Amino acid sequence: MASEQPAETFSPIFGRLTLDWIPIHEPILIGTFAGVALGGLIFLALMTYFKLWAPLWNNWVVSIDHKKIGIMYMVLGFIMMVRGFADALMMRGQQAMAAGGNEGWLPPHHYDQVFTAHGVIMIFFVAMPFVTGVMNYVMPLQIGARDVAFPFLNNFSFWMTVSGALLINVSLFIGEFARVGWLAFPPLSGANYSTGPGMDYYLWALQIAGVGTTLSGINLIATILKMRAPGMKMFDMPIFTWTALITNVLIVAAFPVLTATLALLTLDRYLGFHFFTNDFGGNAMMYVNLIWIWGHPEVYILIIPCFGIISEIVSTFSGKPIFGYRTMVWATACIMVLSFIVWLHHFFTMGSGASVNTFFGITTMIISVPTGVKIFNWLFTMYKGRVRLEVPMLWVIGFLVTFTIGGMTGVMLAIPPVDFQLHNTLFLIAHFHNVIIGGVVFAIYAGVTYWWPKAFGFQLDEKWGKRAFWGWFIGFYVAFMPLYALGLMGVTRRMNSYPDAGWQPYFIIAGIGALIILFGILSTFMCFAVSIMNRKKLACGNDPWDARTLEWATQSPPQQYNFPQELNVTGREAFWHMKKAGFKWSTDYAPIHMPKDTATGVVIAGIAFVFGFAMVWYIWWLAILTFVAMIAVGIAHTFNYHRDYYIPVDEVRQTEAKGALT
Amino acid sequence: MADHTAHSHGTMGQLMIGFALAAILTIIPFYLIMAEVDLPRTTLIAWIMGLGAVQIIVHLVFFLHVNKSAEEGWTLSATIFSVVILVIVLAGSLWVMHNMNENMMPMHEMDQQIEQMKSLQSQQG
Repeated sequence: MASEQPAETFSPIFGRLTLDWIPIHEPILIGTFAGVALGGLIFLALMTYFKLWAPLWNNWVVSIDHKKIGIMYMVLGFIMMVRGFADALMMRGQQAMAAGGNEGWLPPHHYDQVFTAHGVIMIFFVAMPFVTGVMNYVMPLQIGARDVAFPFLNNFSFWMTVSGALLINVSLFIGEFARVGWLAFPPLSGANYSTGPGMDYYLWALQIAGVGTTLSGINLIATILKMRAPGMKMFDMPIFTWTALITNVLIVAAFPVLTATLALLTLDRYLGFHFFTNDFGGNAMMYVNLIWIWGHPEVYILIIPCFGIISEIVSTFSGKPIFGYRTMVWATACIMVLSFIVWLHHFFTMGSGASVNTFFGITTMIISVPTGVKIFNWLFTMYKGRVRLEVPMLWVIGFLVTFTIGGMTGVMLAIPPVDFQLHNTLFLIAHFHNVIIGGVVFAIYAGVTYWWPKAFGFQLDEKWGKRAFWGWFIGFYVAFMPLYALGLMGVTRRMNSYPDAGWQPYFIIAGIGALIILFGILSTFMCFAVSIMNRKKLACGNDPWDARTLEWATQSPPQQYNFPQELNVTGREAFWHMKKAGFKWSTDYAPIHMPKDTATGVVIAGIAFVFGFAMVWYIWWLAILTFVAMIAVGIAHTFNYHRDYYIPVDEVRQTEAKGALT
Repeated sequence: MADHTAHSHGTMGQLMIGFALAAILTIIPFYLIMAEVDLPRTTLIAWIMGLGAVQIIVHLVFFLHVNKSAEEGWTLSATIFSVVILVIVLAGSLWVMHNMNENMMPMHEMDQQIEQMKSLQSQQG
């Protein structure tokens, strides 16, 4: 993230990469780099000292077990959340200072990169890995499957996402990142106004990660449609599985639009095309139109699985079946289609006129109806239930309150005349943080607390879990309510400094809110650490929450084959009925057919990372080489005929006899 | 999955009907252009786009074997969903962009204004 751009040069070997692009004159970046390097070295040393490299590679990196891939997605999400949150703290610090002539501590060139990186990272590399991770872990268990439909593809998808994330992080120390806002509207993001490698890091990071997201969408749809336990009809599936299905349909329908749009912009930037330029017939507004055709379904891709998480937890902790199962499913299905006819509400002010704005304003208000149906369903599920207010339920209640407020400010923004006042102000920023933090983050935390015992066999520490909740909950309100007020005063987003010192107190309060959230995040990691250290004491059985769905029918943590025998499902809430009927696994085992681990996924993704880097820096020979290599490794993999094996009966009997906690 | 191979590739007759339809639907638009048929430009475009849409349906039915029974109906419902989304995206984009253009200052007027501003600046300068 250099603050001044070096001159553009080109050499056949290194492309436009020169030593000038290493930001050695930036104290903030040098400090960060020193910290990262030191932490990295300590990590490498510890890994080597405890001889953990081989286990990491064999048990995790090449693993095609959906449970391990799910956990790795969550790890990626939490790591990138730290990065994205560091960006947030930098912005809050800048805006708390830069009032009435004060320039603050971040020059515009740097500040613009920070807000772009914050948005891109939080959506693509925090929220997306979180929801994909939970779906990956939980969904196959909920439908009684042994793995996903295409286990190798699953591993490949994950590592492509990691490649994209790495490319963004590399931009911190080699070159710079985009300075265009998270959706990179042209002409600002075009070749004329975004020189340097920043915008190209953006394009290639998202394209590489996008391959993973789309493939994982296809994979999970196939899993749900094809691999349900015998007897489980579509309307027997747990709500979370339903939401996973609908989310992945949205992914498969919407992500190609993003890929195509970014590809067109890439052609503009690399080959001098004129899709989105101001001259030669280009139209920058077409980019805005296209990117939001992806962008609006994307926000539902993030929130719909969270609705599923909330449904499972509300039902379990109220000791009741979910209220209105069918309305829940149909409400989600309605959202699936409606989310494709509201996109213009992101650019009412662009000038399509009254008729277009009216149509999209009304559809936006309509889409809030199925969401409202869900809120009432959750409330009615709790009504007359025996609600146990444990940590997952705490997050759920935080979610219900906060998400409802966020939804209502969204309906305000859906009114075109109001939107003309609030467009691009901090009111909008407050609104979407209200639904993404109050919706996605709270639900993911609820889900992590709820399914942690499933994944590891012990519960999370309650004290630190509650601290994390209160930090996030209070911190959110302190940080974002002032932004609503500022937005109503007309303060626009992405400001580096502002003349009116009267706004400063609000920004300072928002900064304090961010620090309270920091306490929440630190408490989260403390919670993980404390719980891991006390795992013997926190150990719980296979079904600590008295839950209702199939994932709890097997051991916690589950063996690699998930279920020792094939299940026969008769109706909804299969596990609840099995418990009622006094279900026990029989000892009559059969050999279990399993897929084999493979390193192909991580190898192709690694090459894809180098390919992205080469494209960013115009290192053409390397780009061609790596592109051919990716195809070659992919083709070579098709000749691998040893992809599966059987776990013999004796081995199944032994692992089952030992139990989960060994 | 055993019956998968038996059913999903269709009969020779079906493939031939599909091939003939696809060929006819390809020849017509080429003829319209190459024979320089005397039709208004917009009508021509509408014909070509319409025939293209029919062509897509022919491919889906005769070559990709989309029908009510394939994969327990999932193939058909997935296709219908895709078509709905495609129609929404294409029709919506055309509508949005058309109205935006209508509301914009026409390009030649903008050019004139730029010229005026330039001449004003040169007079002042």
